[in-house]
Amino acid sequence: MPAAVSHLVACECCDLLHRIGVVPEGHTAKCRRCGDVLRRRPRNGAERTLALTIASLVLFIVANSFSFLAFDMRGLTTQTTLLTGVVDLWKQGKQEIAALVFLTIELAPVAQIGLLLWVLVPLRVDRVPWQLPRAFRLLRHAQTWSMLEVFMIGILVAIVKLLAMATVVPGVALWSFVILMLVLSGAVASFDPEEVWEKLEAER
Amino acid sequence: MSAREVTALEASCASCHDCGLLTRVHRGETHGLHCPRCGAAIHLRKPRSLERTWALSIAAAICYLPANLFPVMTVTSLGKTQADTIMSGVIYFVEHGDWPLAVVIFTASVFVPLMKLGILFFLLISVWRRSSWRPVERTRLYRLTEAIGRWSMVDIFVITILVALVRLGNLATIEASAGAVFFGAVVVITILAAESFDPRIIWDRSDEVGR
Repeated sequence: MPAAVSHLVACECCDLLHRIGVVPEGHTAKCRRCGDVLRRRPRNGAERTLALTIASLVLFIVANSFSFLAFDMRGLTTQTTLLTGVVDLWKQGKQEIAALVFLTIELAPVAQIGLLLWVLVPLRVDRVPWQLPRAFRLLRHAQTWSMLEVFMIGILVAIVKLLAMATVVPGVALWSFVILMLVLSGAVASFDPEEVWEKLEAER
Repeated sequence: MSAREVTALEASCASCHDCGLLTRVHRGETHGLHCPRCGAAIHLRKPRSLERTWALSIAAAICYLPANLFPVMTVTSLGKTQADTIMSGVIYFVEHGDWPLAVVIFTASVFVPLMKLGILFFLLISVWRRSSWRPVERTRLYRLTEAIGRWSMVDIFVITILVALVRLGNLATIEASAGAVFFGAVVVITILAAESFDPRIIWDRSDEVGR
C-alpha cells in the first residue's frame, strides 16, 4: 500500500502541492495557482449537517405525501402530487424522461439524506460508520444528480405559463419542497468529509 | 514552500480521486495501488479522460440537433394539436411580452447547452494542441461548465409539471414528445462529459512548456 503524505494537499484542478495545515472553522483554503477550493471547513460542520439532514427527511416526507399543485380550468380541477408528472410521463411511453426526473428530484435527494444520516448518526454515538468510503462515493454521485433547485425554477416557469389560461393552487407539499431545497443545500454545504476522516484517525 | 511551484505529479505523488488523500507513488506507477485511507484505486489522472470526454461531447453534439429540431411537447386543446419545440416555447413568452421568462428559458435550454459544448470542445482542442495559453482562465471555464450543466434541466421539469397538471380530457392535454428525450440525453451526456474531463491535463501541458 502506498504511503500517505498527510502534511500536503494537491489541488484537484491543477495538481499543485500545498501545505495548508489546519484550516480554522468557517474558513476556506484556496489554490494559489488556479483558485480552486482545497479545503472548506464549515463552522460546527457535523452537528449542523445532522440537524439539517433530519429536518430534510421530515420535509421530504411531507413534500411527497400531500397535494403539490392543483390546476383549475373552468371548474375542471386536476390535483397532483410531486410524482404525478413522473407517472404520467412513464404512461405516455417516455420512460427515459420519467426515469431522469425521478432520479433528479426523488432518488438522488433521498440518497443524499439517507447517506448523510448513515455517516453522521453512528459518528454521533462514537461508532465507525459501516462501509464509509462507499457511502462517501455514493454521496458525491447523489450530489451531482440532485437538482431540487433547478426543479424550483421549472415550477415557476410552468406556473406562469399556465396562469394565462387557468388558476394554479400551490399545496402544502410545494411549500415544504421549497424549504426542503433550502435546508438540504444547507446540509450539503456544512458537510465536510475531511472532518469525518480526521475524527476517525484521531480515535484510532 | 519554495519559489518554484511543484505539482503532485512532479513530486511522484497522487491524490485519491475519492477522498483527496495524497500518497507517494514510485516512478508514476499506480497500477494495482489503492488508497490507504478509503481503498479506492489510485490514478495520477482520471483514467482515459480525453478519450471519454471527446466521445461524450461528440455524442451530446449529435443529440443537440434533434433536441432542438423535434417538438418537445404536444398540446391537444379542443381537438386541435400543436407541437412545441424549445425555440417556440421561447417565442411564446416573447410574444406575450414575458421577457424575464423568455430569457430564463432561452438561457437554460438553448444558451447553456451550447456554451457547455463549446467550452468542452475548446478545452479538448487546446489540450490536444498542447497549448500553454492562459491555464487559469481555461480552468475557470472548466469549473463554469461543471456548475451550469444542471440548469438545462429546467425545460424537462417544465414539461413534467405541465404533463401532470394539464389533462382535462377533451379540453386540453399535454404530452411529452421525442425532442424531450434527446434534450434529456444532451443534459445527461454533457454532465458526464464534464465529469470525465481532468482539468489537471490543462496544467500538465503548460508545465511541460515552462520547464
